[in-house]
Amino acid sequence: MTSSYTDYTVGAPVADTAAPGGPIEERWERRRFGVKLVNPANKRKMKIIVVGTGLAGGSAAASLAELGYQVSSFCYQDSPRRAHSIAAQGGINAAKNYRNDGDSVHRLFYDTVKGGDFRSRESNVHRLAEISLQIIDQCVAQGVPFAREYGGLLDTRSFGGAQVSRTFYARGQTGQQLLLGAYQALERQIDAGGVTMYPRHEMLDLIMVEGRARGIVARDLITGETRSHLADAVVLASGGYGNVFYLSTNAKGCNVTATWRAHRKGALFANPCYTQIHPTCIPVSGDHQSKLTLMSESLRNDGRVWVPKRKGDDRAAGDIPEDERDYYLERKYPAFGNLVPRDIASRAAKDVCDEGRGVGPTGLGVYLDFSDAIGRLGRSAVAAKYGNLFDIYQRITGEDPYAVPMRIFPAVHYTMGGLWVDYDLQSTIPGLFVIGEANFSDHGANRLGASALMQGLADGYFVLPNTIGDYLAGARLGPVDPGAAEVRAAEQEVANRVETLLSIDGNRTVDSFHRELGHLMWDQCGMERTDEGLRKALDRIPELRREFWTNVKVPGTGAQLNQSLERAGRVADFLELAELMCLDALHRTESCGGHFRAESQTEDGEAARDDKNFSYAAAWEFTGQGEPPVLHKEDLHFEYVMPSQRSYK
Amino acid sequence: MKLNLKIWRQAGPEDRGRLVAYRVDDADEDMSFLELLDVLNERLALDGEEPVAFDHDCREGICGACSMVINGEPHGPQKATTTCQLHLRHFRDGESITIEPFRAAAFPVVRDLVVDRGSLDRIVASGGYISAPTGSAPEAHATPVPKANADRAFTAAACIGCGACVAACPNGSASLFLGAKITHLGELPQGQPERSDRVVRMVETHDTEGFGGCTNTGECAVACPKEIPLDVISQLNRDYRKATTGGRRSA
Amino acid sequence: MVTLGQRPATRARHTPRPSSVQLKIVMAVSGALALLYLVAHMIGNLKIFLGAEAINTYAAWLRTVGEPALPAETLLWLVRVVLTVAIVAHIVSAVILTRRAHRARPVKYAHRQPVQGSYAARTMRWGGVIILLFIIYHLLDLTTLTLNPNGVPGDVHANLVADFAPSRWYVTLFYALAVIAVGFHVRHGLWSGLQTLGHNSAAAQNTLKGVALVVAVLLTVGFLSVPFAVLTGLVR
Ligand SMILES: Cc1cc2nc3c(=O)[nH]c(=O)nc-3n(C[C@H](O)[C@H](O)[C@H](O)COP(=O)(O)OP(=O)(O)OC[C@H]3O[C@@H](n4cnc5c(N)ncnc54)[C@H](O)[C@@H]3O)c2cc1C
Ligand code: HEM
Ligand code: SF4
Ligand code: FES
Repeated sequence: MTSSYTDYTVGAPVADTAAPGGPIEERWERRRFGVKLVNPANKRKMKIIVVGTGLAGGSAAASLAELGYQVSSFCYQDSPRRAHSIAAQGGINAAKNYRNDGDSVHRLFYDTVKGGDFRSRESNVHRLAEISLQIIDQCVAQGVPFAREYGGLLDTRSFGGAQVSRTFYARGQTGQQLLLGAYQALERQIDAGGVTMYPRHEMLDLIMVEGRARGIVARDLITGETRSHLADAVVLASGGYGNVFYLSTNAKGCNVTATWRAHRKGALFANPCYTQIHPTCIPVSGDHQSKLTLMSESLRNDGRVWVPKRKGDDRAAGDIPEDERDYYLERKYPAFGNLVPRDIASRAAKDVCDEGRGVGPTGLGVYLDFSDAIGRLGRSAVAAKYGNLFDIYQRITGEDPYAVPMRIFPAVHYTMGGLWVDYDLQSTIPGLFVIGEANFSDHGANRLGASALMQGLADGYFVLPNTIGDYLAGARLGPVDPGAAEVRAAEQEVANRVETLLSIDGNRTVDSFHRELGHLMWDQCGMERTDEGLRKALDRIPELRREFWTNVKVPGTGAQLNQSLERAGRVADFLELAELMCLDALHRTESCGGHFRAESQTEDGEAARDDKNFSYAAAWEFTGQGEPPVLHKEDLHFEYVMPSQRSYK
Repeated sequence: MKLNLKIWRQAGPEDRGRLVAYRVDDADEDMSFLELLDVLNERLALDGEEPVAFDHDCREGICGACSMVINGEPHGPQKATTTCQLHLRHFRDGESITIEPFRAAAFPVVRDLVVDRGSLDRIVASGGYISAPTGSAPEAHATPVPKANADRAFTAAACIGCGACVAACPNGSASLFLGAKITHLGELPQGQPERSDRVVRMVETHDTEGFGGCTNTGECAVACPKEIPLDVISQLNRDYRKATTGGRRSA
Repeated sequence: MVTLGQRPATRARHTPRPSSVQLKIVMAVSGALALLYLVAHMIGNLKIFLGAEAINTYAAWLRTVGEPALPAETLLWLVRVVLTVAIVAHIVSAVILTRRAHRARPVKYAHRQPVQGSYAARTMRWGGVIILLFIIYHLLDLTTLTLNPNGVPGDVHANLVADFAPSRWYVTLFYALAVIAVGFHVRHGLWSGLQTLGHNSAAAQNTLKGVALVVAVLLTVGFLSVPFAVLTGLVR
């Protein structure tokens, strides 16, 4: 480890060779016609491993089994139904145009490219918008109880500042209902023998044989046994890595291990620094805090955001007179007011807190005040709209939001970065496919509200089952010998790592490392990033990593359910990922979408993109722990939506 | 605040298990119940003891992973609240709290407070779905669903599969869970073709898995964090009766 | 070891018969028959307030109704047979359900669960056993008259008055306890039966609970009125 990690090198550009040409509306059609088909009799002999049972993995495993493949499905939870997709609240976008309000596939495509701040691929996004129509049909057929109107037809709403009502929802539990649909389809295939389910199994490494992904090493979290599972192709649907920040809206178990292990084996990791920060979460209440809870964005439709004008004003909210309050979003963005996009609202909250005007015990919070709405609409109307959210808030904070303003603060919510994939969703490792939040594909530098669910299901139900056949039909794969050297080596590597973690027996708990890393990332690689801060983080992370590997304490043994050990392995991988995130953020000296570099802003403090130098996806190649990675650029071309600077003034 | 905990410790399925007393002096009333266990576990780990194993994931009351019985009540004393959403302000300073795993033959203890709820998945696998292979769906608006049915389906579909109903039931029955799925799918036009088969197969799996029979004690609905109403069990019985007496299929 | 991903092989995988829902239906139907009987029985008992004549005639009528087209005591035996079958079915189902319940929770909670549903629901099993014991005593007392201090066949009125004489307060007490047990049993049982057999919407739940409570109270008061009327000298 002699060289400094910040000295990355630039390698050959990476190209999406699977992408079809022609008019954008025809590309998906063309690609589906172009893929080689697998003969049904052969499908029965082919084995596919799917890691993850969220919207992406669950829908993929069920659909692949329906096609006749033998599928093995893995998740770390005790049941596939508990994947983190279950927590999504708001809704799912689809360009059905049921409202006749001017929506169309093209508009959804346009909004998504623009929302992603021109850092995504047009072909992929267009396909996503096309498939959105089928997703709703599919989910309704499965019995997903979407909200309906009195006439019995589906209800939609506008979400996240969209001008059209294209978001389908099931109360505040859309993710849950969509996931249960996929889960039930999966269980049906489990019963039919098409899928073998491995719950409470964690993928700890990818097995490569002759340059292709041929299996995984997984640890049975109950018995502690690590063993290899072999297949003809491997699909990663392991979700996002927001937990690198320790505190996030993600479930506690969300991790980067599956994708990071693949990255270490050669898969390029694209745009790791693109993270989305959600503006309306319940603030941290103390050091014991273990996760952050999202409050639906819809609250900003009626709530007004403010902080005291005076620094350090510690009077109760009700004692602060009207003219001493600063409704800063309404002041700074008169046109959009409280409804500015997520990243702007988040950064504005950070700014006022940095000025020392934050509220609540920690000073990291702003008010979201409903007293005007209650005055205007009446308490019962407000309760009808937001009652369940108010209940959640009260349950967690013990405060009554009808009486005192809510306190909110931004929190890490979603990661747009992930493993690089081509149009077929295949990574740079042949036979390794990546779907859902785990890949980098469709959202560019910023994801629109209600589009992650759409992407997960598009990938799993419709894209992957069509494209994976092309690989399987063309690859001429022989069986893998379970005793092959590559397999043994991967198993051994995993066993050694587990052994090492258990044997360090130091003085710090896994969580204390994770917390420290999270703080560091939040401060230096969070809502606002600077050259100086990122360099600081890049100095500190390797130190922290070294300390981890010499001073972590993991009690218990490997031959049992050992939750400390599970966490230790995940934090170890976060400690590597964090470095790459900071480097990616450092190298991208522009601001775009969720990535805000303080050095690159317009005169009024808005994100300033640099299309001339950064209109590319940054795909990083691993060269060794702590070694400078290699950057491969995929240039982005815009033929249908011309890059423009957004403005919400 | 200070709390006296008595926690079920069991090294594995074969171990007999016992309650062990712990004291936490630095609890905070803003902590969630799981954060209390986190604090305890941090201390145990540093003392070289094995932390208490417990299931959890989302920590926002939706994944259904968290599962423990607190002072005899699954998910603790607060109504309509999962353990992860339960906060310490509902306990008194100095209070003694007994924490046990969900207890049922169909939920064997894996370790400490962690149980294996795979039996619930197997109930779903035996019929808790609508067969709609990917790609075969008609246009979503082809079948309108009256709002009343859609709403009832949703209320039942809100079940998070936590198993608290089983833990609370004196008979160890999973009828609330089962009834919720039957009602969800049975309220929708899409669910009709498989309706009879579904209920018969799911009840059969329920019984085979070793869950007890329902005697309508109502404890399940009280414990349910999602307030699944008892009438889903009534629906289950009705559907079962129709399915087994209508001559369409026998049990 | 817990086997995951496939159905656990360590547990016996036989499907118990009858199914849990079938048992419930048997409980409900047999309980409903018993309840119908109880209502008829209670109304019959109230004839005592119309005088010795009325109740004795009624008792005789029960034995002669249908004659001469039917042999004597047809109705009575019909009722007895149906009721016996119902009660046996009821008890057998209850025993099976209880045994399954014990098997379904082999390890009890260390901290007893506070009762959340209702006390009536929690006392069905013990209540049922008490009622059964009572029925046996009751038959020996007023049907076979083996244990009755008066014991004159056909003179129901005198038998009752002798039975509940103030000096035999313990008999009245036992009857009272048993009848209250029946009240509890019916309070939950009737609701439960409606839940099992009815079309139970969420909105109807409370109404049904109310109906069950009213029926249970009427039944209890109706049955209790007889021994207490004798005890207090109202009927002599
Ligand atoms: C609070 C919240 C609200 C949201 N609301 C919305 C919304 O309203 N609309 C919207 O569009 N999006 C929303 N999102 C985003 C969206 O929910 C996620 O991006 C999406 O569900 C991710 O799905 P997935 O299938 O890719 O991954 P996940 O659902 O995260 O599933 C990951 C799966 O991988 C498994 N796994 C992970 N690592 C391993 C491993 N090493 N070994 C084995 N298995 C592993 C897990 O067990 C799990 O099954 C929200 C997100 C959050 C956090
Ligand atoms: C050992 C004896 C008994 C036991 C263990 C017992 C148990 C029960 C139980 C568990 C129920 C609830 C049924 C359900 O799930 O729906 C019930 C209902 C009922 N029982 Fe009993 N019982 C016993 C004896 C009796 C007797 C002797 C009578 C009356 C003469 C009686 C009358 C009823 C009635 C009327 C109901 C309501 C039936 C219904 O559901 O409609 N029981 N009993
Ligand atoms: S019915 Fe309620 S208690 Fe039972 S599993 Fe579902 S959510 Fe949990
Ligand atoms: S941890 Fe997900 S419901 Fe409690």
